[in-house]
Amino acid sequence: MFDQLSDRLQATLSDVRSRGKLSESDVDAAMREIRLALLEADVNFKVVKAFTKTLKERCLGADVLGSLDPGQQVIKIVNEELAALMGGTGSELAFASSGPTVILMAGLQGSGKTTACAKLARFLREEGKKDVALAACDVYRPAAVEQLVTVGGRVGAHVYEKGTDADPVEIAAWALEQAKTERRDVLIVDTAGRLHVDKDLMEELADIRKRIKPHDVLLVVDAMTGQDAVGVAESFAEAAEFDGVVMSKLDGDARGGAALSVKAVTGKPILFASTGEKLEAFDRFHPDRMASRILGMGDVLSLIEKAEQQIDEKQALDLEQKLKKNQFTLEDMLQQMRQVRKMGPLSGILGMLPGMGAMKQLKNADIDEGQLDRVEAIILSMTPEERANPTLIKGSRRKRIANGSGTRPQHVNQLIKQFDQMRKMMRHVASGKALDPQQLAQMSGGAPRPKIRRR
Amino acid sequence: MVERLEHEVEAGKVPAEGDAVQARLIEILAEVAATARAPIDLSGEPAVLLMVGVNGTGKTTTIGKIAWHLSKEFGLSVVLGAGDTYRAAAAEQLAEWADRAGAELVRAEEGADPGAVAFDAVEAARVRGADVVIIDTAGRLHTQTNLMDELAKVRRVITKQLPGAPHETLLSIDATTGQNGLRQAKIFAEAAAVDGVVLTKLDGTAKGGIVLAIADELGIPVKLIGTGETLEDLRPFDPTDFANALLSE
Repeated sequence: MFDQLSDRLQATLSDVRSRGKLSESDVDAAMREIRLALLEADVNFKVVKAFTKTLKERCLGADVLGSLDPGQQVIKIVNEELAALMGGTGSELAFASSGPTVILMAGLQGSGKTTACAKLARFLREEGKKDVALAACDVYRPAAVEQLVTVGGRVGAHVYEKGTDADPVEIAAWALEQAKTERRDVLIVDTAGRLHVDKDLMEELADIRKRIKPHDVLLVVDAMTGQDAVGVAESFAEAAEFDGVVMSKLDGDARGGAALSVKAVTGKPILFASTGEKLEAFDRFHPDRMASRILGMGDVLSLIEKAEQQIDEKQALDLEQKLKKNQFTLEDMLQQMRQVRKMGPLSGILGMLPGMGAMKQLKNADIDEGQLDRVEAIILSMTPEERANPTLIKGSRRKRIANGSGTRPQHVNQLIKQFDQMRKMMRHVASGKALDPQQLAQMSGGAPRPKIRRR
Repeated sequence: MVERLEHEVEAGKVPAEGDAVQARLIEILAEVAATARAPIDLSGEPAVLLMVGVNGTGKTTTIGKIAWHLSKEFGLSVVLGAGDTYRAAAAEQLAEWADRAGAELVRAEEGADPGAVAFDAVEAARVRGADVVIIDTAGRLHTQTNLMDELAKVRRVITKQLPGAPHETLLSIDATTGQNGLRQAKIFAEAAAVDGVVLTKLDGTAKGGIVLAIADELGIPVKLIGTGETLEDLRPFDPTDFANALLSE
C-alpha cells in the first residue's frame, strides 16, 4: 500500500537529508516535490495545498534551519504532519456503558461492507473476547443475507436475519431487541450499499440510524476511490453522521489518496484498515505508524503487537528449554512456522521492518507462500516418530512422505538437510560458542529458500 | 489531448471561442473514448463471455443484466457459470440473477476449482446447444499474483475446451475508481487478454474518466455501462454521450 507515494516521498527526503545546510529554496524545492507526489496519489487538491502550507511554515522555523541536522528535522516534521493529516495518534470505537454496543456500517456498493462486518466481528471477539452479533439489513442485493450468514458463521458471530421481505429499519430495530434480550456485547448492523446521490436509500439509512441510535457509525471506503471519495464522504457525513472510517482493499497498489483525504475533509478518523482476502486481514489503523511506514521508517510497534497476539508465552518458554537441551524437533519447527504465519503474509511483515522499503531486491519481490505450504505438508506427512527423529527417514519412508505431501523425495531430503543445519547452529548458540560464518553461509545456501519472484 | 486542442486553435482550425473550443474538446474526447470500438462478439457456438475484475466492482450484477438482455431482448438461451467459488454466497447471488433472467446456472460448492466450473459451464452449454455462456469469476486485486495466475488458468481451460473461446473477456471497472483503474486494466489485460471494459456505477457522481486513459494507453474500449440496480440498467457505451457527461457539471 502507498508504494508509489512512499517511493517519491522517500526520494525527496533522502535528498534533503544529504544536505548539511538547508536554504529556503531547498525547502521550497522539497515542498514542490511533496505536493506533486500527493496530487499523483489522488489526494484531494485542497488537502494538498493546506498540508504543504503548514509543512513549509514549520520547516522554515528558525529552530529547523539553524539546527545542526536540518534534514533530520524536516523528516521529523513531515512524519508528524503526515500522521496528523491521517488523524494523529489514532481513535477508538465508542462502547456502550451498559447493554449492547451498536455499530452501524454504511457505504457505497462494493466497498466491502459485508466483509468488513465479519472482519470487525472477528477483531472484537479476538481482542476483547466479546460476544458479537450481526444484523442483516441488506435486503436488496441478491444473496447478501446468505453471505453475511456464512461469513458470520466463520467468525463465530450470531446473525440476526429476517430474509429479504422485511423492511431494513424494522430488521435493525428487531435485531437490537434480540441483542438486548440475549445480552450480546456488540451488535454490528450491515446495510445495503447505496449511492450517496440516491435520496430514498440515504433517507432509509438516516431512518435506521434514528431508530437504533448506534454508538458508532462506520463508513466503509474503498482505498482505490479517486477524487470522488471526498464527495461521497461528505454526503454520507450528512445523512449518516458517521463517526469513523473503515478503509478497505488497502492491500492493493492504490496510491491511498482517499485514505489521506478523508480525515482532512470530514474530520472523521480512519479507525480500521482491511488489508487482505482472509478474515484475519483487518486491524486498527494507526496514523502515526502509517506515516512512518510511508516514509520508510518501518513500523516495529505493530510488528511487536502482532507477535504478542499470536505467540503463546508458555509455548515460547517450552521452546527455549528445548533449544537449550537441543531437543528441537521437526514438530517444533512446524509449530514455529505456523505461529509466524499467523501474523499474516510474510510480505506484510517485511513491510513493517525499518529500511525494507529501500531494499531493491525485496521491492517487487513476491514471497511465494506456497513454498511454506509445501514444508508444512511434508512435516504433516511424517509420523510422530519421524518428526522427533528424522534420521529414521530412509528410502521407503521418504517415498511415502513425498507421496503423502504431493512433493518429491528430493524436497523431503532438502527439508531434512535444512533442519539438520538448523540444529547444528542451535547447538552452537546453546553452547555459547560464536557462530562460524562459513556455517551460516552454508545454512542459508543449502536450505530451500522461499522462492522470490520478480514481477 | 489538451495539446492537440491547443494546436488546432492556434492553427486557426478551431475558432478561439468558448463554445467552439468546448465542442471540439468533446469531439476529441469522444474520439479517444471510441478507440478500438467493437461490438460484443457473440458469433461463437456457444459464444463464451468471461467476466473479470477487482472485488466489488459489480461483476455478478453485470452478468445478471447481460443475461437478461440477451435472453429477453434477443431471445438467446444463456448459461451462467458461477466461477466465484471463493466469496461466501456468490453462487447464490448469481442464482438469483439467473432466475430473474431466465438463464440456466452451472455451479459447484464453495472452494471448488473455478477452472472446473468454467469447464462444466461450457460443456453444459454445448450439450444443450445454448447460444451464450457467461462465466463469473471471484473478485481479485490485481496485485495478488497467485490469484491473477488462477485467472489466466481459467482462461486457458476455456480455450482448451473450445478453441477461440472466450470470445469476449470483459473487465468491470467501478466508475468511482481513481488513477488505480489504469493499473487494474493493464494487469488484468496481461493475465486474461481483456477485450472490453464494463464501466459500472455510473449513476453516482463519478464519471469514470479513467476509462479514457485505458482506451488511450491500452487500446481497450468501453463496451457497456451500468447505471443502476435493476435488470434494465445496462446500456451500450456511447462515446459522445460520455464525453458530454465528462464536461458537464
